Amino acid sequence: MNIVVCVKQVPDTWAERKLRSEDKTLDRESVDGVINELDEYAIEESLRIKEAHDGEVTVLTMGPEKAAESIRKALSMGADKAVHLVDDALHGSDVLQTSYAMAQVLRKIGFDVVILGSESTDARMGALAAMLAERLGVAQLSLANKVEIDGGTIRTQRVADYGFDRVEASLPAVVSVVEKINEPRYPSFKGIMAAKKKPVDKLGVADADIDAAKVGLTGAATEVVDFVAAPPREKGTIVKDEGDGGQKVAEFLASKKFI
Amino acid sequence: MEMHAELTPEQVAIKEAVAELCADFPDEYWRERDAKLEYPQEFVDALAEAGWLSVLIPEEYGGGGGTVADASIILEAINRSGGSGVPAHAQMYTMGTVLRHGSEEQKQRLLPRIASNDIRLQAFGVTEPDAGSDTTRIRTFAARDGDEYVVNGSKIWTSRFQHSDYMLLLCRTTRYEDVEKKTDGLSVLLVDLREAGDSIKFRQIRTMTSHETNELFFEDVRVPVSNRIGEEGKGFRYILSGMNVERILVASEVLGDGFWFVDRASAYARERVVFGRPIGMNQGVQFPLAQAYAQLHAASLVRWQAAALFDSGKQPGFEANSAKLLASQATWAAANAAMDTFGGYGVAEEFDIERKFREARLPLIAPVNNNLILAYIGHQVLGMPKSY
Ligand SMILES: Cc1cc2nc3c(=O)[nH]c(=O)nc-3n(C[C@H](O)[C@H](O)[C@H](O)COP(=O)(O)OP(=O)(O)OC[C@H]3O[C@@H](n4cnc5c(N)ncnc54)[C@H](O)[C@@H]3O)c2cc1C
Repeated sequence: MNIVVCVKQVPDTWAERKLRSEDKTLDRESVDGVINELDEYAIEESLRIKEAHDGEVTVLTMGPEKAAESIRKALSMGADKAVHLVDDALHGSDVLQTSYAMAQVLRKIGFDVVILGSESTDARMGALAAMLAERLGVAQLSLANKVEIDGGTIRTQRVADYGFDRVEASLPAVVSVVEKINEPRYPSFKGIMAAKKKPVDKLGVADADIDAAKVGLTGAATEVVDFVAAPPREKGTIVKDEGDGGQKVAEFLASKKFI
Repeated sequence: MEMHAELTPEQVAIKEAVAELCADFPDEYWRERDAKLEYPQEFVDALAEAGWLSVLIPEEYGGGGGTVADASIILEAINRSGGSGVPAHAQMYTMGTVLRHGSEEQKQRLLPRIASNDIRLQAFGVTEPDAGSDTTRIRTFAARDGDEYVVNGSKIWTSRFQHSDYMLLLCRTTRYEDVEKKTDGLSVLLVDLREAGDSIKFRQIRTMTSHETNELFFEDVRVPVSNRIGEEGKGFRYILSGMNVERILVASEVLGDGFWFVDRASAYARERVVFGRPIGMNQGVQFPLAQAYAQLHAASLVRWQAAALFDSGKQPGFEANSAKLLASQATWAAANAAMDTFGGYGVAEEFDIERKFREARLPLIAPVNNNLILAYIGHQVLGMPKSY
């Protein structure tokens, strides 16, 4: 089975994130990059599918040179090889363009299942899985907290407000996973050493038949018009309990329309 | 691990992966083990399962085939996270005696099972009540009886005995009185603790840390001759070669503690406001931490040098011993600076400084006393007369 797991490098969630003043895109260079947390679940799920059904796990990453660190980590967790789509022309692509570029790569490398996290912690669009499925003309199984593959059939449990839906489709398909679907493994010593020797195929836009005019900041369908730094946190209100603490807290909450 | 620039990308990945694993074992976990004097079984299992304890075993025996520098990074990362590598570190290096001096049959029998985490070989009995730093004075005796040795005697400070399946035992096969050179007549035996059963009695020693360590009593313990490592009577040499690795690795985890103290204390000094300003603004608070930090780096460099020498096939006695000496002193300086920085909170269990402080005192004494390291440098390296 040919399993592709999409892995995005995002700024460390604990780090202070900044937009660059020159083009209003996220500053990815000055902060530590980590694997998008939900993608770690996707990696784990892809490894489990591989272990259960045989096959190969390919990491697909679109991102700057620096994202190679995250690719290494995914390989050290156990993925077999990687494709790194890296090209200056891609800088500033929005989700529509990203889905176009990644779909082109997926067409080129082929797949039975594509797995990805249901959203990334930096942009939080949560639309990539749907767009990829649409562009590739395959089934979309989103927000999965359970994945089962049986021959050419894939079944997932899709989390919903009221519980979950059981979703079934035939392969090939695109699956997005949610947190807690599994417990992502740690990279092991042997995994780290083995990762050094695993192939990483670097592709530019031309290599993947991506039309450079259709990607990048200038052609993006969305535009960041303006941004301001988050205001510093205001001093909180301290309620001193002189017997009427409960009432004061209730009044405060009511004044903010919480109750 | 401040030498980022000099770590390979794989070593950076090792450091990060270990730190990630350790993040699942937060301060509270260690505080509780400490309070209950409990062995951190879950933590040691997690380390073993991810292969971190078998890095020094060659790949042909199922291990990671890593270097002492790799092992050093692992242990430093564990202690820098606030945890402790001590309950597990001996599983990494005790097998080195078997690897370097054991027969092929012994290596095949043991190493793959250590690598696969099926057995623990992490107890090493050297010290005896009447033989502390003067190892050649040990009296535990193994008498030959056909295909077996019959061992009688006692050991003290045998750590992790209760969490081991096998132990290495240094004993006399010829009495001290009957050898020409006092380092002769010592042998290393591999004791299967499950087989030994009741013939080894133990008494756990309560100490000021949660470290599991014991007094052992051997009564006619039968050990097959096929479990002797190397030649009879040459055991002292075998354990000396293993000690360089032990010293480098102990130095590494001690450095992890030292950096942990500085990390915690400098963060606290930036935040804690007294007299209307952060205490870290006072040079009386700032300088001891800065001093300790610089000392830690110096010790760390000697550690890297020792590891590099060992990994290139040398026996870096001076560097390995110096690394342990300097690391233990630098970390003790850091521990005291942290205690002073935290003021009263330093002694409160919930701030973890007092726990690490207690742990930081031990490396000045064990596994080898700093006095003995100085004596070694004095006579072995500088050629001055021996004091003992
Ligand atoms: C928690 C803990 C765990 C341990 N784990 C193990 C273990 O797993 N296996 C094992 O075999 N041992 C273990 N040890 C023992 C440890 O290796 C010894 O404690 C250490 O070697 C020192 O021996 P000693 O305590 O008998 O001190 P002693 O030899 O009695 O020395 C006492 C003091 O006198 C000083 N001194 C002695 N001779 C000289 C000299 N010639 N010049 C200058 N100063 C001198 C020493 O430096 C020291 O300060 C452990 C010890 C502890 C505390």
